[in-house]
Amino acid sequence: MTLARRIIPCLDVDAGRVVKGIEFEGLRDMGDPAELAARYNREGADELVMLDISASVEGRGTFLDTIHRVAEQLNIPLTAGGGIRKMEEGRAVLRAGADKVTVNTAAVERPGLIAELSQQFGAQAVVLSLDVKRKGDSWEAYTRGGRDATGLDAAKWAAEAVSRGAGEILLTSIDRDGTCSGFDCELTAKIAQTVPVPVIASGGASTFEDFLAVFTGGQADAALAASIFHQETRSIAAMKKFLADRGVPIRLSR
Amino acid sequence: MKIAVVDYGAGNLPSVERALLKLGAETERAVGPRQVEAAQAIVLPGVGHFTAFVRGLRERNLTGALRAAFDARKPMLGICLGLQAMFASSEEAPGDAGLGFFPEQVRALPTTVKSPHIGWNQLRQTRQSSLLRGVPDDAYFYFAHSFALPASAEPTVAACDHGFSFAAVIEHGSLRGVQFHPEKSGETGAQVLRNFLESIE
Repeated sequence: MTLARRIIPCLDVDAGRVVKGIEFEGLRDMGDPAELAARYNREGADELVMLDISASVEGRGTFLDTIHRVAEQLNIPLTAGGGIRKMEEGRAVLRAGADKVTVNTAAVERPGLIAELSQQFGAQAVVLSLDVKRKGDSWEAYTRGGRDATGLDAAKWAAEAVSRGAGEILLTSIDRDGTCSGFDCELTAKIAQTVPVPVIASGGASTFEDFLAVFTGGQADAALAASIFHQETRSIAAMKKFLADRGVPIRLSR
Repeated sequence: MKIAVVDYGAGNLPSVERALLKLGAETERAVGPRQVEAAQAIVLPGVGHFTAFVRGLRERNLTGALRAAFDARKPMLGICLGLQAMFASSEEAPGDAGLGFFPEQVRALPTTVKSPHIGWNQLRQTRQSSLLRGVPDDAYFYFAHSFALPASAEPTVAACDHGFSFAAVIEHGSLRGVQFHPEKSGETGAQVLRNFLESIE
C-alpha cells in the first residue's frame, strides 16, 4: 500500500482555448480544453491543472465557464487558478467545479489570502503556485507569470505559505520552463525537504527519464507538464508503465 | 431513485451529483430537513473544516434530520469530511460535536508524514464490504484530507495507511462512509458509488 506519484497534465487557457507560449511567436492554439481534458481523463492522468493565462479582461470572463466545461469531462481531481486575488474569486472557481485553487501573485502581496481560503475550504483545496528562478545557491520567487522578482527566498516563502494554510506547492522552475532540459531536481528536492506538504514539480519536462529523475532524486510527489502531452508525442499510459517498471509507485489504469 | 445530496454551504457538489447521475440516480440538494426526510437515500459529501461543516448542518436544521435518518436506518453515504462528521468529534475542532453516530474521535494525521494526504492510495480490506464489491484489491482511490479516523473504529471495513492506519471505508447497517473521493477516483470510484446505489433497493 503506497501513495502513488501523480502525473498531471496542465492546460494553459486563454479566452477559452488551450494555448502554448512560443518564443518570438506569442501563443499557439493547442485545442479545446474540454476535449483535451476528456482525453487525459481517459488516458489515465491522475489529476488535471488548468491555469488562466488570459491577458485580457474578456479572456478572464470565460474562465469560469471553461472550468465548468472541463469539470464535466472528469472523474479525477481538477485544480484551477491564475489571477485569483480574493476569497470570493476562489469560491467561484471551486463552485464552477474545481477541487483546488492555485494562488500566486496575490498571495505574495497579501499572504492573508492563503489563510482565508484555507479556513473556508480546507488546506487540501489551496495550492501555492511558486514560480522561481535560480539565484546563486538558492532560488527567488517570482510573480506575474514570472515577470516580477519578489526578493523572497523560494524555500522560506514556501514554508510561510504552508504555515498559513497552503496544502500543496506547485513548483515551477522558470529557468527550465519550455527548455525541454528536464525538471530542476535539485530545486524540487530542496522544497520537498523544506515543506511538510506535497510538491508538484513543473518546468522543463521532455522525456520519460525526466519524470523518473524528479520522482527519485527530485523527491517530487507529483509532476506536471503541458505541451509534451498535448502534442501526443508522449502518451500518459506509456509514461506510467515506464515509471512503474522502474519501481516508482504509480496508479495504472485498468 | 431519489438521493438527497446534503448541501451545507461549501464543497464541490456538482461532481458528486454528476457521478450519481451518470449511474442513473436522481439527486436533489438537501438544504433543509424536508429533502432529507423525503429522500430514499442520503449522500453527505464534505470538504474543508469540521467546524464549518457541523455548523452548516446545524444552521440548516439538518443535524436532527440526519440523526433521525440514521435511527430510521435510511441508507446514507458520507464522503471525506462527511464520513468524519458521522463520529462524535474531531481534533480539528474539539469544541464542536459531530453527528455522533459512533463514539470515536477523528484524529490529525501525524507530523511524521506529509499532510494533507493528497493523492491516490490503496486500501486494505479488513472485513466483508458491500461498497468494495467488484473492486480489485490493488485499486487506487483519490484522497485529500488532513484528519482521519483510526482504523480501530468499530465500523471500519477497509483501512489505508498514512502516518497511522485509518478508516478508508466504514459500513454499519445501512450506513456507509468513505474517506476517499469516489467521484474523483475514476472507474473504481464509480464502482463504489454503483455498489452504494445497489444497496438501496
